[in-house]
Amino acid sequence: MADITTNENKAWIGGDIPFKASYGKLMMWFFLVSDALTFSGFLCAYGFMRFKYAHVWPVADEVFTHFPFLKGEYPMLFVALMTFILIMSSVTMVLAVNEGHKNNKNKVILWLGLTIVGGFIFLGSQAWEWGHFIHGDKGGIELANHDIVHVVNSDSHFYSIYDLVGVDSYADDVNITIDDVKGALMADSQYGIRLADKSVVSGEAAMAYLNNAEVVLGANLVRNEYGHQLFANFFYFITGFHGFHVFSGVVILIVIFINVIKGTYERRGHYEMVEKVGLYWHFVDLVWVFVFTFFYLV
Amino acid sequence: MSEQTGTWWIWRVFWILLIVTAVEVILGIIKPAVLIDNSFLGTTLLNLIFIILTIIKAAYIVMEFMHLGQEVKGLKLSILLPAVVLIPYLMFILLTEGHYIFGTL
Repeated sequence: MADITTNENKAWIGGDIPFKASYGKLMMWFFLVSDALTFSGFLCAYGFMRFKYAHVWPVADEVFTHFPFLKGEYPMLFVALMTFILIMSSVTMVLAVNEGHKNNKNKVILWLGLTIVGGFIFLGSQAWEWGHFIHGDKGGIELANHDIVHVVNSDSHFYSIYDLVGVDSYADDVNITIDDVKGALMADSQYGIRLADKSVVSGEAAMAYLNNAEVVLGANLVRNEYGHQLFANFFYFITGFHGFHVFSGVVILIVIFINVIKGTYERRGHYEMVEKVGLYWHFVDLVWVFVFTFFYLV
Repeated sequence: MSEQTGTWWIWRVFWILLIVTAVEVILGIIKPAVLIDNSFLGTTLLNLIFIILTIIKAAYIVMEFMHLGQEVKGLKLSILLPAVVLIPYLMFILLTEGHYIFGTL
């Protein structure tokens, strides 16, 4: 039997730092690897369903078109702003870690504080995005075969069902029946309906589709005015899971922010805790980069 | 590079991320016809550009902001290999299967 005390292979007898990284940093990295695989599982499942229902999947550009306080349609712009906010908060996080290496307490407080502010702005933006998605935009019609179709104008652009029947979409008790929509479609032949496969029909041909159809306003886990139900379910699940990561990140940031102010890490002699939380925060940004591409762009 | 002085490298990565994101958004809004009408590897050229730009952004975040570029080789490999091997594999089997089911629907 080999005598371990004289074993030259020192990596197995302790005293060495594996990978020249501290225990905490190493475990944070391995947690992030497993989390990355979890998120890729979700995004791949999204891709699977999207490929499976390729002919009826909603186009993200037609779903996320609004910007707070602005009238009109600005596809992509708000998500782009959210991406910018998260990148910016990643930058302030690196700056905080950078000052931590120099044991510069006041600068760490400054940059860490700004990172928390960025996290809250992102969470607020996501709440707005969810609120808008839940309330719905232009309304949809669910046919008897459960396909979701939309009203379009003569240019084949989506036209709001609220405008079609003359109702304020933010009124207290909006109640639009399929007969209201049928009547309005028959009264004005410039409007038609765009079927799930994106072909447009109008007049009597459209009426044939609308037998036993229902008006769908807004989106939840059961009904989705934008198109295939799974689109809404994946939207809530993936952006919700990411948003929960951002929320946890903000909570952890606040905890270490208080510790920095109290001088815990100054007494400890190093700011490695800021670095470890920084790894988590960058990972949240990293995941958003992929969610942005696969949910909104592609 | 933790000994690196100054913050210029942080702002360099910031501008790269910002410009790449801006290019993605502009391409997403104007959707150049030439990039949509031509396909490669089963998707449009535009989507391929989005995916490549996303991987560039991801690489800058992981290598620079998360300092993985400065870790020892063993750590780099144990972080990157599971992701680089398993995720494309999962993508390949699920997207192939999804496309197959679409064809049979």
